[in-house]
Amino acid sequence: MKYKSQQIAYWFFGLSMLLLTLQIVYGFIMGFAHMGFDTLHEVIPFNTARAVHTNLLVVWLLSGFMGAAYYIIPEEAEYELVNVKLAYIQLISLALVGVVAIIGYHFNYWEGRKFLEIPRPLDWLVVINVLTFLGLILMTLYKGKKRTTTSLVLTMGLVFAALLYLPGMIWFDNQTTDSFFRWWVVHLWVEGVWELIMGGILAYLLIKITGVDREVIEKWLYIIVGLTFISGILGTGHHYYYIGTPRYWLIIGGIFSAMEPLAFLGMALFAIAMYRKGEKKHPNKIALNWTLGTAIVSFVGAGLLGLAHTLPGVNLYTHGTLVTAMHGHLAFWGAYGMIVFAFISYAMPNLTGRKLFDTTNGQFAFWLSNIGMLGMTVAFGVAGVAQVYMERIMGMEFGIVQKEIQVHFFVLVCCATMFATGVILYIYEFIKYGKPNIEALEA
Amino acid sequence: MLSKSQARTFFLGGTILTFVVFLGLSWHSLSQEVPKQTNPEKLTSQVIHGKELWESNNCMGCHSVFGEGAYYAPELTKVVERRGDAYIKAALMSKQSWAPRGRKMVAYGFSEQDANDLLEFFKWVGNVDLNGFPAKPTYQSTINTK
Ligand code: HEM
Ligand code: HEM
Ligand SMILES: [Fe+2]
Repeated sequence: MKYKSQQIAYWFFGLSMLLLTLQIVYGFIMGFAHMGFDTLHEVIPFNTARAVHTNLLVVWLLSGFMGAAYYIIPEEAEYELVNVKLAYIQLISLALVGVVAIIGYHFNYWEGRKFLEIPRPLDWLVVINVLTFLGLILMTLYKGKKRTTTSLVLTMGLVFAALLYLPGMIWFDNQTTDSFFRWWVVHLWVEGVWELIMGGILAYLLIKITGVDREVIEKWLYIIVGLTFISGILGTGHHYYYIGTPRYWLIIGGIFSAMEPLAFLGMALFAIAMYRKGEKKHPNKIALNWTLGTAIVSFVGAGLLGLAHTLPGVNLYTHGTLVTAMHGHLAFWGAYGMIVFAFISYAMPNLTGRKLFDTTNGQFAFWLSNIGMLGMTVAFGVAGVAQVYMERIMGMEFGIVQKEIQVHFFVLVCCATMFATGVILYIYEFIKYGKPNIEALEA
Repeated sequence: MLSKSQARTFFLGGTILTFVVFLGLSWHSLSQEVPKQTNPEKLTSQVIHGKELWESNNCMGCHSVFGEGAYYAPELTKVVERRGDAYIKAALMSKQSWAPRGRKMVAYGFSEQDANDLLEFFKWVGNVDLNGFPAKPTYQSTINTK
């Protein structure tokens, strides 16, 4: 840590870990419901559990990204964050909006639009919150001494993410139009601007951990984010196959979305190449594990498992089945969950001055969570493929098929337990680091 | 090898180009084609109210339409065709959890009027031209699920 104001990052990471824990609890509720044990139905029906699960996911990831930005930007710009007090207010208001939304979901206060369940009045609070955050980041960059490519790509990702939230707030009477713009948020986030955020954070980590020359790393960063947008923007078409939009999206969406894995492949090759080129002297092996891990697992979860159902002929059958859930889990975890974990692992020793890296717990956290998540992906995948064959190809009734595939949710819950154990170990390590410490400031 | 500034040009150029094409196609889809495929003239106040109910109760948190939503309860795009009006209204108006196969739906107990509006919404949804989704099952004729 070189700047005092970087300490704020810690609290965003703390919030992030707290919300992740809650997300997992609601994940188990749904896992059991799919198994036939919908015991909490009267209090937490499935749609409540689901809205809480996915929204907490988005908020813990955003909180992680914000923390990372508050850490990275002062250091890259060589300037203290312009207003630390405002950043704390932003943190608290983010937590409040999140909590109010989650409580609302238990009392039928929501808008049933997948991933955008936050009701519109609360959306405005989100907007104000994000504007405050962006204001702080942009002012710091503006006043700072340096504007590096890494910090610009990261900031660009954050600014565009905020802009793209807006089309999702408009009301349409026509379900097709509604859906059309919902994808401007959901798809253009995860397969567009969030990749910029991920790329920016990844580049920063690689510069710090491998010691490879910044110019080399940043050149590759441009190529990767270039590939992201060139494929990902028109790749939105893979959500426009079957929602009442014209047929040409089958061709455009098919071709461009099939190229999307290139950006993730680029990221994986890039991380591995920089690691091999680098000095391998950095002592923080856990952060290195997560950094290489995120680059590789995102390629598998988003790239390969995305490719698996992105062609129109396949998607006609898998669209809206558990196959989608299989891909959704490994993609979100590999690309965005793990990059947040990588950054926290890197930042904690620097924030606190305690060098707890390379512990057994830390290693176990990495392997248990990842193997657990891979197992969950397989369980969802087997259930999903079985569902597609029985329901969509054989024409069996939905409810009968669900009974047939219940057993795969037992496997899912077992693997989820392993995953959760890994996450708990990670959070245990996080807590052991303690709070940030002024003495950790580097001269 | 590519220089850093060439890499930047690739990024900016590619982004702007594809984004402009995307905006053009989106405009074309929404202004020219979507009206043909979705029968907007049939969006009566009943259908719109049905959509409001669909959203305010987060039905999409268990079900899907157009294949979008959750995977806990049946796809409803063609539900009217599959079940008919009476069945759907019974499920919506039931004061006890509807659970034909053991898996429970929330007991909404909608009024007759609200149930009718939701039904109108499903009818509108069922008539949208979805480019062939949901596909007709290949073997339905050989398996009798009734
Ligand atoms: C990190 C990046 C990614 C994340 C986090 C992600 C996540 C998701 C999620 C959560 C969904 C479900 C959305 C919904 O139904 O509302 C989804 C759908 C989909 N994703 Fe991805 N994805 C990523 C990248 C990709 C890539 C690179 C491809 C293609 C190569 C892809 C192909 C698809 C397809 C085709 C669907 C639609 C599935 C359906 O029709 O039900 N995804 N993705
Ligand atoms: C204990 C661990 C977890 C369990 C048991 C679990 C279970 C589930 C279940 C049952 C669903 C609903 C599928 C449906 O609609 O029927 C779901 C949705 C989802 N979960 Fe999880 N989950 C867990 C952890 C996670 C994690 C760590 C992430 C992200 C990193 C995640 C991301 C998602 C996403 C994106 C969806 C929506 C998928 C879609 O709509 O296609 N989950 N989860
Ligand atoms: Fe997508």
